[in-house]
Amino acid sequence: MRPIISVSNLTKTYKGGFTALKNINLDIQDGEIFGLLGPNGAGKTTLISIICGIVNPGEGSITVDGHDIIRDYRATRSLIGLVPQELTTDAFETVWHTVSFSRGLYGKPKNPAHIEKVLKELSLWDKKDEKIMSLSGGMKRRVLIAKALSHEPQILFLDEPTAGVDVELRKDMWQVVRELRASGVTIILTTHYIEEAEEMADRIGVISNGEIILVEEKAELMRKLGTKQLTLELHSKLRKIPTSLKAHKLELMEEGMQLTYTYDTRGTRTGITTLLNDLSKAKIKFRDINTSQSSLEDIFVNLVKRSK
Amino acid sequence: MNWLAIWEIYSFEMARTRRTLAQSIVSPVISTVLYFVVFGSAIGSRITEVDGVSYGSFIVPGLIMLSVLTQSIANASFGIYFPRFTGTIYELLSAPISFFEIVLGYVGAAATKSIILGSIILATAGLFVPLELAHPFWMALFLVLTAITFSLFGFIIGIWADGFEKLQIIPLLIITPLAFLGGSFYSISMLPPFWQKVSLLNPVVYLISGFRWSFYEIADVSLSISLGMIGFFLAICMGIIWWIFKTGYQLKN
Ligand SMILES: Nc1ncnc2c1ncn2[C@@H]1O[C@H](COP(=O)(O)OP(=O)(O)O)[C@@H](O)[C@H]1O
Ligand SMILES: [Mg+2]
Repeated sequence: MRPIISVSNLTKTYKGGFTALKNINLDIQDGEIFGLLGPNGAGKTTLISIICGIVNPGEGSITVDGHDIIRDYRATRSLIGLVPQELTTDAFETVWHTVSFSRGLYGKPKNPAHIEKVLKELSLWDKKDEKIMSLSGGMKRRVLIAKALSHEPQILFLDEPTAGVDVELRKDMWQVVRELRASGVTIILTTHYIEEAEEMADRIGVISNGEIILVEEKAELMRKLGTKQLTLELHSKLRKIPTSLKAHKLELMEEGMQLTYTYDTRGTRTGITTLLNDLSKAKIKFRDINTSQSSLEDIFVNLVKRSK
Repeated sequence: MNWLAIWEIYSFEMARTRRTLAQSIVSPVISTVLYFVVFGSAIGSRITEVDGVSYGSFIVPGLIMLSVLTQSIANASFGIYFPRFTGTIYELLSAPISFFEIVLGYVGAAATKSIILGSIILATAGLFVPLELAHPFWMALFLVLTAITFSLFGFIIGIWADGFEKLQIIPLLIITPLAFLGGSFYSISMLPPFWQKVSLLNPVVYLISGFRWSFYEIADVSLSISLGMIGFFLAICMGIIWWIFKTGYQLKN
């Protein structure tokens, strides 16, 4: 299947000489939720801004639904809704007016029923006649989302959508995102919160210092790079790890009451069976046993460290 | 063409005028009336006629031009500067519209406002002094061309400015003096020969001269030169705007 967005060899150098994106190659599939994950200053906003037409591309080319973003900008931009990172709103406008304005800019005929639906989904309906300046930060964020959805886009960019947002909005927003995805909309969200990508995305791309370090199915990413910890709560205190267990690279913790075994889920063999056998031979008894998976955060920190 | 988008920008800007009616219409009308009272009565009692027209009537076309010039620039420059300042420009840049359509929306709205304003001032002046309108068509043409040209110029200033100060500085330091020295309140022929020559370097002289001709058939320079000059400024402004959009100057990094 043809990707809905295709970025090839994109390099962007700002006027000051700073290269914010280095030879980016990235395909976004139709209908997926793609999480672009990276620390502040990695180049996430720059990449989105170029695709949307706000920043001039440097070298390279980008197509959206097969159309070149420069040559066929009308076709590509019609498909895209953008929720920017900054809370940029027209303070003096009413919610209804500003959302309708966005629809008009995209050349779509008026459709009050659609605007009403969007405002209701975002719990903005009772605020529709209020001026934006009277709204809280979270409400303004909702207005920006409503503006982006006003023209029924096929692709939605959410640039750090939950930065400084309350729990309730976060829930509402994920609900809206899930419904959009169900209706076939492709969603690209950037974040530097791992949980967000972990919770929402189908695929994750990690960007750091202007380079895409890795793109992977989320589950695959977890499987490939995730390590797991097996923790054993011991029956009695152990002063040091017996030499017979050296090979397992165990860690002794909690003043000798806990043993931790770290294993790589990538391997076909985890080594757990041998470990348990060896423990029993060494006559080490345990009360409890549990495993925990390393979070995406650990993976991410490792990756970014490795790329530096 | 994305006509809906042009209309959306246009009506957005017009709605902004309605909200700020006092600023955009009432205050220029009041200041014109003040000019009228001060210059018309004070000076008019000494200079009774210029080129066979009563002084009060003589200054009307110049006063209209003065307001149209300054308000076109003010409206258009603010119109495009404001979204740049607040950041909402992101929406214009990412929408499926061309720069040409953006200009059409903003400049169209700014020019419309100036034309309405000019008409209101004209009607107001009619309450004070007798007015003749020898060539209504030419009058309308001059009014529209001036409004468009200076709205384009204002648009350029609004793109160039990177602070509210810069937004004010060109109208204040260049346009207002040029407009005052452009023969709003006197005929160029009343000046000593040297200053007559200097005045011919002032573009506003041509606008006011042509505009006044359409009222009273008196002019400091010939009609075709007046028209040619407006056309020339219009072309320069369009050229600069074309360049701005080609390079993304101040709009796109
Ligand atoms: N207009 C600009 N001019 C120069 N440098 C910029 C500009 N915008 C962003 N940058 C730089 O580019 C880098 C990437 O920024 P950005 O894309 O905003 O990162 P992110 O969204 O991942 O936090 C940062 O180092 C930032 O300082
Ligand atoms: Mg960013």
